[in-house]
Amino acid sequence: MTHVIEIAANVAADGPLAEALTTRGKLMDLSQASHDAALMPSDPGGVPLALRAALACRMARLCRQAGLEKHYAALLDGYADPAAASLADPQVTPGADETRLAAMVGYVDLVTRSPKEATKADIESLRAAGLEEADIVRLAGLVAFVNYQLRLTAVLSVMGESQ
Amino acid sequence: MSRVIHKFTSRIPTWRPHVTPIDYDSATEAQREALKETPSNTRISDYVLVLAHDPESLRIRTSLFNGIMYDKGGLSRQERELGAVAASVVNRCIYCAAVHAHRYNNIVGSEAVMKDIFLRGKDAVLDERTRAILRFGMRLSETPPQVDQDDIQRLRDVGLDDQEILDLTLSTTLFGWANRLMHTLGEPVSGT
Repeated sequence: MTHVIEIAANVAADGPLAEALTTRGKLMDLSQASHDAALMPSDPGGVPLALRAALACRMARLCRQAGLEKHYAALLDGYADPAAASLADPQVTPGADETRLAAMVGYVDLVTRSPKEATKADIESLRAAGLEEADIVRLAGLVAFVNYQLRLTAVLSVMGESQ
Repeated sequence: MSRVIHKFTSRIPTWRPHVTPIDYDSATEAQREALKETPSNTRISDYVLVLAHDPESLRIRTSLFNGIMYDKGGLSRQERELGAVAASVVNRCIYCAAVHAHRYNNIVGSEAVMKDIFLRGKDAVLDERTRAILRFGMRLSETPPQVDQDDIQRLRDVGLDDQEILDLTLSTTLFGWANRLMHTLGEPVSGT
């Protein structure tokens, strides 16, 4: 299995860090499977694949994680969807007429930057913008997973540099 | 009457969902499959029934969660719980902080460390190793995440090897994930 995290973090093939990752090989496989389920699920529901890749790229930029930004930008390119792709830039926010998209991007930015500030009202905004219960969970799952992956990759890249 | 809890506590609150949990009796095959294993092998909670709206992710996430927190070797159980608490404090996930402070307290047999962390955050007065782990977990949980060679070196200085640093990173970042679900899809309330 090719692991996005180890590639993005540029982890060396041997040494103490590589050994530690081998010890946790099952967990790294499950992390990769979680990536596939969050970014390329067989049932994307109301959160399309291109949008997922764009939002992941946006989160990588908010977290300044160059390795994963590159990975998600490449994934996004493959969909050839310029409207979704524009949202990979954290400076871009959807117009007020795009209620559903604006609510989703608002949630992504808030919950990536400062999850502690999220309240019930943020979930209600998603619902008011037309997201079904399952799509709210899909979006939350995507944001939560990508934030896990970004931080894990950040640590592995720093550890790898010194070995 | 239940009331929303805003202060850190090691008494485990009730989690009240903002999203309607799935109804187990009318669950799809994929949803039932995903509900076979639960986090820390507890009963099927409302939280898990909310996540079951996305069974493909849930099925994998539960195995990953249990492996990161309980697989043998490497970092001690209590220090994995400490990583979970560090993330939960930064993200103010009162529910996750309570559950994992409670587990930490049970393992070490004292409430002193968690009491001080809930009171003073990163300035809690702790032994060197505990303090280094807490600070690493809290800095990593910021956005953008704060981690550089000095952060890793501070962990090495208090005796953590590569395996332990990886394990600490896994439990801390896993809670960056869990907090973003638990704290946004519902809220902690007192009573039942």
